[in-house]
Amino acid sequence: MEDPRTDPTAAADPTTPPTGQGAPHERAVDHRPDTDAEPVVRLTGVQKHFGDLHVLRDIDLAVAPGEVLVVIGPSGSGKSTLCRAINRLETIDEGEITVDGQPLPAEGRALARLRSEVGMVFQSFNLFAHKSVLDNVTLGPVKVRGRSRAEARKEAMGLLERVGVANQAEKMPAQLSGGQQQRVAIARALAMHPKVMLFDEPTSALDPEMINEVLDVMVELAREGMTMIVVTHEMGFARKAAHRVVFMADGQIVEQATPEEFFTNPRSDRAKDFLSKILTH
Amino acid sequence: MGDFFSQFATLFENYDVLGAFWVNIQLTFWAALLALVIGTVLALMRISPIPSLAWVGTAYVTIFRNTPLTIIMVFMTLGVWGQLKFELSQDFASNFFRLAVVALAVYHAAFVCEAIRSGVNTVPLGQAEAARAIGLSFLPAARIVILPQAFRGAVAPLGNTLIALIKNSTVAAAAGVATETSTLMKNMIEFNSSLIYAIFLTFAIGYVILVIPVGVATTALSRRLAVRR
Repeated sequence: MEDPRTDPTAAADPTTPPTGQGAPHERAVDHRPDTDAEPVVRLTGVQKHFGDLHVLRDIDLAVAPGEVLVVIGPSGSGKSTLCRAINRLETIDEGEITVDGQPLPAEGRALARLRSEVGMVFQSFNLFAHKSVLDNVTLGPVKVRGRSRAEARKEAMGLLERVGVANQAEKMPAQLSGGQQQRVAIARALAMHPKVMLFDEPTSALDPEMINEVLDVMVELAREGMTMIVVTHEMGFARKAAHRVVFMADGQIVEQATPEEFFTNPRSDRAKDFLSKILTH
Repeated sequence: MGDFFSQFATLFENYDVLGAFWVNIQLTFWAALLALVIGTVLALMRISPIPSLAWVGTAYVTIFRNTPLTIIMVFMTLGVWGQLKFELSQDFASNFFRLAVVALAVYHAAFVCEAIRSGVNTVPLGQAEAARAIGLSFLPAARIVILPQAFRGAVAPLGNTLIALIKNSTVAAAAGVATETSTLMKNMIEFNSSLIYAIFLTFAIGYVILVIPVGVATTALSRRLAVRR
């Protein structure tokens, strides 16, 4: 049996055959991204160094509206840095990143405004620890968007309902399980009506039995047409929901393809090597 | 033994001991309030992304933390009031009282700043990143997300600073606040040198009574307010 971590459906349904390389996999997302439209996110010639380490090399990437892009690669390949650079939690040394056609402002109010349009879900959830679940979700709409508390509450309850934690609304984050916290974090990001959602290894800090509840919410989001950039090790999610898989190694985009093509017929040696290491249990 | 207790009675009859402690409590209260405000602003400057502000904050802390309180106190009276003719009140006594409060506040603000900064260090970086990611800029993020958690993590060191402030309020004598405890003690010893043990004990016990509740309260508070993660 395959490690359930690499395939969410395997744990949910024991009759599903192990999905090794080349195995057929049910697609959950059938809409196509609007590739003719202006990309929601575009990276052009992006370079970034951490001291001597060249963590992002010549990154060129455009994400179309409605596209679900999954970034995979070995640890240290720069995929998290890439994700964090898109809302400037990491600065870049060279190149340009645009969100919705606008170049990322360097700092100040303009940057804050742009960040409010980009939803971010972190590996470690990062819910505001001193605020209730409901306050976590309403904080952005009230303090950033200036919406009324009552209105924000109403929408927040709807979002919490959607991610399945409405009954925990009055609790503090520490009282929730990891999976519940991450679903609240998704609701918090959605409350800002983002143009794109960034997921930085959203299931890597979760116990195995909680991974699916988070992935289910993400698949649902993808199905609804949300533009998503997902850094993950969940190959099952990539197969099921991604329009495109980007494989990174050593700070470079080594290969990009549709999930079917990437998983059945990886072209580069690095990708073949990577896939053979994670898919052969 | 009864004789020893009668010594206390004599002291309390002839001197306004409680009044003197009340002066120190007032000095402490206003200085603590002002120090908390200045210290919070300094802490914000030190964690701000603007290098020049951070530099000013660091310089302030370095200078005031490393200058003896007595020197600041004397400077307030001889320098700020004596030379610069800067008055905080028309009334002579309350002018000195306020100068002493300012001296205590600017000195302890440096320690408050460092206590809050240690509190900020208890807040994981991810909290600030999450605040920025939903579109809060530095000040709102600090006010809504970082500082509330930082204060809760800083209760114990802030309590220590308050305890130091209570005892340091006696240095106000150097700024000419003549009604506070250390001045009173000096007078008592001068005129009642035979009662020296009773005098020492009076003030020692007085401060212990003032300080112990602060220690107990901060320990209890820091436990109760701790942010669960």
